[in-house]
Amino acid sequence: MASERDRTEPEAGRPLLSVVDLRTHLLKAASFCLSAGECIAIQGPSGAGKTLLLRALADLDPNEGLVRLDGRDRTRMSGPDWRRLVGYVPAEPGWWADTVGEHFTDWSAALAVVGELGFRDGAKSWHIARLSTGERLRLALVRALMVRPKVLLLDEPTAALDSASVRAVEALVAARMRGGLAALWVTHDVEQAKRIAARRIVVESGEVREEIAECPIISR
Amino acid sequence: MSNYIALNYWELAAASVFVLIDASLSVIFGLRIHRSLLVAAIRMVVQLALVGLVLTTLFAIVSPWWTGLAALGMVLFAGREAAQRQERRLAGWWSYGLGTGCMMMASVVVTVFALVTVLQPIPWYHPRYAIPLLGMILGNCMTGVGLGLDRLTTSLANRRAAVEAQLMLGASRRAATSPVTREALRSALMPVVNSMAATGVVSLPGMMTGQILGGVPPVEAVKYQILVMFLIAGGTGLGAVTAVLAGVHRLTDARHRLRLDRLSIPKSV
Repeated sequence: MASERDRTEPEAGRPLLSVVDLRTHLLKAASFCLSAGECIAIQGPSGAGKTLLLRALADLDPNEGLVRLDGRDRTRMSGPDWRRLVGYVPAEPGWWADTVGEHFTDWSAALAVVGELGFRDGAKSWHIARLSTGERLRLALVRALMVRPKVLLLDEPTAALDSASVRAVEALVAARMRGGLAALWVTHDVEQAKRIAARRIVVESGEVREEIAECPIISR
Repeated sequence: MSNYIALNYWELAAASVFVLIDASLSVIFGLRIHRSLLVAAIRMVVQLALVGLVLTTLFAIVSPWWTGLAALGMVLFAGREAAQRQERRLAGWWSYGLGTGCMMMASVVVTVFALVTVLQPIPWYHPRYAIPLLGMILGNCMTGVGLGLDRLTTSLANRRAAVEAQLMLGASRRAATSPVTREALRSALMPVVNSMAATGVVSLPGMMTGQILGGVPPVEAVKYQILVMFLIAGGTGLGAVTAVLAGVHRLTDARHRLRLDRLSIPKSV
């Protein structure tokens, strides 16, 4: 059904990201598509497979199925090239160096975005070990945005944030979406899902279900 | 070469008194190791006696096939030892196969190099030279490969989030694993560096001591020891580098993913 939809789709409404029968050994076949500038909220109980879905999309775990970005098949580009286009921010981001600045190739470019999320210039020399969970989540988001992906996969990016920070993160992502960024946003917060996304995907026991069957074109 | 003092069995039996002293200490202090101590001592005697017989036979027949077979047996045992020293192993045959393959390649390359270009016995595969050299190189190579792979697998498992964070941002598997790879290689090679630095000051190597006891002039024994240390450094480096790089290759894939599913479940918690 999904492949039929792909074929019959008018050229102008072609989705940015199209997923057909994406599956892993734990995730049942999932098909959906995502347009440029669109956000889909992903919901479902803990352990249902939301993270597995995002990891499979970022090609971090072995998976099968057809995933295309701008009509380009994922298998026709290398893993690193794909992940620069489809960025993933996990719920518990990893850090490979001691200080914040070492995780950014261009700190001065990152500074503007970091500032939008309430950090000061001095954050560059902060030690990762001393950051709070919320600070880590926000910095990981900026780190992923600096690669300039076309699609962003966010795994509960505001789970440990206060309400002001939640608003700042939502505003930052919304601004990028106006520039064409598409996002899949995992959240347990029903109100947040309504604020950030017009569509919703529910993951339950490894099964991915789209609430709206069509692929609406969101004009902004 | 023949002015060494041959030992008779009564003299050996007299020296074994020290093992009995250890055993009685274990009984007195309730260490409960006297049993395993005696079993280990008996094992050592039996194993060495068998090795003596095997070497006597090998030296008598000087056959490339039998020498090769003995060498293969040594490599296979070393592979098992190296695999057992790892807390988190590669799943399936990879754990044994990868370490053994790399050790075989490295120790054979270095031993053959030494036999053909430096020592040049006739014939070049003469077991009196080939087997002891291979044994010394293999023993150290085994430690290096075992340490390197152990460090690689535990570090990748412990620092999965850090490695994957780089992969998520578009780093290649080589770039993302390079800190872990470097650490594993360093841990594989440090024992060789340390033993070279300490040799002669802190420790007198067994081989050199053995040669001196056998009547070889100290200067000649020292030259042999230096040669052996270089060969050990070469064999360990070659074996550890290939094993660690092959390990990285196995624990990642062509799509530049980290594949910890290719590790077995840890032995102990």
